[in-house]
Amino acid sequence: MFQGVINGVSAIAIPLLILAIVGHGWYKKVKVYEVFTEGAKEGFNVAIRIIPFLVAILVAIGSFRASGALDLLTGLLSPLTSWIGMPGEVIPMALMRPLSGSGAIGIVSELINTYGPDSIPARMAAIMEGSTETTFYILAVYFGSVGVKKTRHALPAALLADLAGIIAAVVVTQMVFG
Amino acid sequence: MINTIWIVLMAGGILVAGFQCLGLDYSSAEGLIMNPSFIPLTDLTKGLFNSAKASVNLAMGLIGIMALWLGLMKIAEESGLVKLFARAVRPVMVRLFPDVPPDHPAMGAMVMNIAANMLGLGNAATPLGLKAMQELQKLNKVKDTATNAMATFMALNTSSVTFIPATVIGIRAAANASNPAEIIGPVILATGVSTTVAIIAIKILQKLPKYQMPKVEGKEV
Repeated sequence: MFQGVINGVSAIAIPLLILAIVGHGWYKKVKVYEVFTEGAKEGFNVAIRIIPFLVAILVAIGSFRASGALDLLTGLLSPLTSWIGMPGEVIPMALMRPLSGSGAIGIVSELINTYGPDSIPARMAAIMEGSTETTFYILAVYFGSVGVKKTRHALPAALLADLAGIIAAVVVTQMVFG
Repeated sequence: MINTIWIVLMAGGILVAGFQCLGLDYSSAEGLIMNPSFIPLTDLTKGLFNSAKASVNLAMGLIGIMALWLGLMKIAEESGLVKLFARAVRPVMVRLFPDVPPDHPAMGAMVMNIAANMLGLGNAATPLGLKAMQELQKLNKVKDTATNAMATFMALNTSSVTFIPATVIGIRAAANASNPAEIIGPVILATGVSTTVAIIAIKILQKLPKYQMPKVEGKEV
């Protein structure tokens, strides 16, 4: 039942939002077509402006991943993470999540395939996926799009939040499913 | 900080791949064996080029979606829908972003972005977030430096205030989990912790001398 509601919400959300926006615009006598195209023009500029930042971030992350440096770091961290109750299988997820959205999704899928969707590692990774974000990508793209180079305290604060989210995901998983 | 992390990722990867070219094998019975090969480095090069190409594909894919949401956002702005929405959550937003005037378009865009994130609508969240950054940049007196409002907005975004983690529920459902949506409760709990930490961290860090805005024409901005 609950799952049905969630799936329903996910399916309806975007079409409903679009309908509400154009409906309200029409009701308020906005020239919806002309105003839409006026706004849409900006899309091209923004997408082009973020390319250098995307390349810089994705290539650096690609280097770290493709070389096996990520696996090496996983091995080094395992004594520390077992102490907070994080199984070794989940460490790559915790490291990947702030770096790469598609990489993190890949790890979740792999854990689900290997250990089953209802296993502790798979559940923990799924909760991590839902409760943290691709920090480096977001910071690079958002700041890059407006030309901000000195990001001040944004990165340290975001990384602290990621760390808190990852630890919280571990603790909550152990409490609810452990 | 970003410079340090970037060089660690980039050079760290290259050094590790270089080391693997030695092909050291500790497990064999005859002691340490070396099987040198260049494969780890050529694989790395291939990976780097693929990442560079993927970034452009990503940006190209974003053009259409950006255009769609920015177009819709423009309608919502002109019709007054954004203002209506922003007014509803104004008390919270004014506390979080004291430097942004309550009626500034930046508030509306940020509210829409956060709402999209809560519902797990990633495709809608990014264009709205980029729009919010452009509006925040208009209030910025030092164009190459992040304002307090920008940093707070980024912390909220990266800590991801999620109510419906749609993607991961979908993956679990596809793998026949006994109850794919059971993670919603734990996700809300964990995301609540990370968002609280994000807000506390940003408010404390912005007071440190190290992270102050540069002065413009002799006065504090």
